[in-house]
Amino acid sequence: MKKDRGDIELAGVCKSFDGITNVVDGVNLKIADGAYCCFIGPSGCGKTTILRMIAGHEDPTAGEIVIGGQNVVGLAPVQRRTAMMFQSYALFPHLTVRENIAFALRVRGQSKTDRLRAADAMIEKVRLTQFADRLPAQLSGGQQQRVALARAAITEPRVLLLDEPLSALDEQLRVQMRQELRRMQQELGITFVHVTHTQLEAIALADLVVVMEQGKIKQAGAARDVYAHPHDRYVAEFMGGQNVLSGRVEKVNGASFTLAQAAPSGIEVPLQARANVSVGDKVDIAVRRDDVALVRPGRDLPPGCTTSLPSRVLAIEYQGYFVKVMLDTVPDDEFVAYVPEKTFFADPFTVGDVVMATWATGSALPLA
Amino acid sequence: MRSAGAGLRRCDKNDFEAFADMQPSSSPAQTSPRANLAGWLYVSPLVLVLAPFFVAPILVVLAASFFATDGFGGLTPGFTLASYVEVLHSALTLKLYLATIKFTVLTWVFTLIIGFFVAYFLVFHVRNQLLAIGLFLLCTVPFWTSNIIRMISWIPLLGKEGLINQALLGVGVIHQPLEVLLFSDLAVVIAYVHQLTIFMIVPIFNSMARIDKKLIEAAIDAGARRFDIMRLIVVPMSKSGIALGTIFVVSIVMGDFFVVKVMSGGGSASVVSAFYEDVGVLQYPTAAASAVLLTLVLVAIVSLILRTVDIRQEITR
Repeated sequence: MKKDRGDIELAGVCKSFDGITNVVDGVNLKIADGAYCCFIGPSGCGKTTILRMIAGHEDPTAGEIVIGGQNVVGLAPVQRRTAMMFQSYALFPHLTVRENIAFALRVRGQSKTDRLRAADAMIEKVRLTQFADRLPAQLSGGQQQRVALARAAITEPRVLLLDEPLSALDEQLRVQMRQELRRMQQELGITFVHVTHTQLEAIALADLVVVMEQGKIKQAGAARDVYAHPHDRYVAEFMGGQNVLSGRVEKVNGASFTLAQAAPSGIEVPLQARANVSVGDKVDIAVRRDDVALVRPGRDLPPGCTTSLPSRVLAIEYQGYFVKVMLDTVPDDEFVAYVPEKTFFADPFTVGDVVMATWATGSALPLA
Repeated sequence: MRSAGAGLRRCDKNDFEAFADMQPSSSPAQTSPRANLAGWLYVSPLVLVLAPFFVAPILVVLAASFFATDGFGGLTPGFTLASYVEVLHSALTLKLYLATIKFTVLTWVFTLIIGFFVAYFLVFHVRNQLLAIGLFLLCTVPFWTSNIIRMISWIPLLGKEGLINQALLGVGVIHQPLEVLLFSDLAVVIAYVHQLTIFMIVPIFNSMARIDKKLIEAAIDAGARRFDIMRLIVVPMSKSGIALGTIFVVSIVMGDFFVVKVMSGGGSASVVSAFYEDVGVLQYPTAAASAVLLTLVLVAIVSLILRTVDIRQEITR
């Protein structure tokens, strides 16, 4: 029994609270039906405002919001068939778990037996049966989160909107509830739109990751695209896991160009999508931290590596399966190498050692 | 070094008790009053006010209610239940209680309705915080003048030649001035409502203001209409404020005689006005017995209210 389509389209959506600055500034985005979409960005970037506009708790100043082919601007949440899970859950403190979950059915005028039966079925789905008669204050954070999820899902919405659903939980529970969210999403088969400021959460969950800055979308795509192929410096730095270097183009030769840097040989970068690079341009490039290899000076570089930057080890952090080595490779930006644990301890460095940072030429990525 | 510092700080926190633990030589009998001293000092100002001005008079009244009288204001110390028997046997007592309860219930209903909606409007419809506070202060304007002036001011409005009668006559709705407006039970209730609505607004406003606006949004998200939100979310969550306001209004109305006397033009009486009369004719023990009885009734009502609403739990929520 396939319900109504829950695909979302945002077209030129703007929102301004004071009439001067746009909190959301001309956002265009398509979210497929049944997708798990994560909006990610620093606080104040407009991600929650977008969510609230999709939910119908805020009206856009300009633009259209289309759900399942229908422009929903001006409609109430019920008419949109969306449901929202609020940050810190907003459970009704004077109602039991069962009454909280049945609330939406109650205001829809369902009979008591019907709505309690439906609520009990949902309670079972989120595994809270033994807590059905408790008040929210008597539940743990994870249980409250499940109540909030069940309360939102009981009306069979076509879109479920989650405002930082995991931020109130501690680290371990967050990972556990993350899986539960994904499981629920697959079970319900509806579109989830999830707002977060945690990169790990976004890439672990989402089919579509949307990175935002100051009301604008910087990049939207599959988690792996956004993480491994950031468009620009902002996305690369925000998603993490990348070293960003900048410099002027020294020479362009066929399939690659050379970036002038402190290193005598410069940095060779493959051209890839960026064909329009000319000598003298200022260019940012990204190199994944786990692609960086560290070699003691005078030793041979690994095959495929043409660039090597002399660096001093600033700090070392043991992270379990890898070791985080912080280097002074570039003057102003941080430069980090994630060295696999076994490689590192085969020939451990200490703080102050001079090493050559190197990587396979093909793994350097020019940024926009 | 570090652990010693932490130990020292912990010792500071537990002040006297930790001190006692560390010095087993000093006897507990010496240190425990010292430990309690700070606590007693905190409550002493309140005790100093309540003991002479509240506890003592109540004890005096309680004692007087068991004394005998010579009928001319002289009291004979002793123990007799005669005054209670007299008060409880009098048919007037029941009548007075019924009248007082009628005023109380009417006043309570109107102050509750008005107070609830004023608070609701201020909390949920006035977006501007400053404006809400301004309007809230506006509610207290009637209290800038004395109670007597406020009651007298009803006369030009409600009187036989008053504004309302003149307006109604002028429009032609009535042909005779309405007598019921002033010096009647209606006037008593109007004066009470005017005077006491603020006692409903304040606690209800306070408990409503603490309702997380996200809850209202969550209810809207679930499809609740305005009335549903009020009935299922706002009213249950304002219970403590309603209970507190009810206690204020009920205890003030039941303990009042002045408004009844003035606004009914002497036509109605209340429990308190009866024992005020008793005092006037020097029947102190009967007056004292009536007062004790009224106190017991009020205590019963208040404990009933507290039983339905766990105010302490609601406030700390």
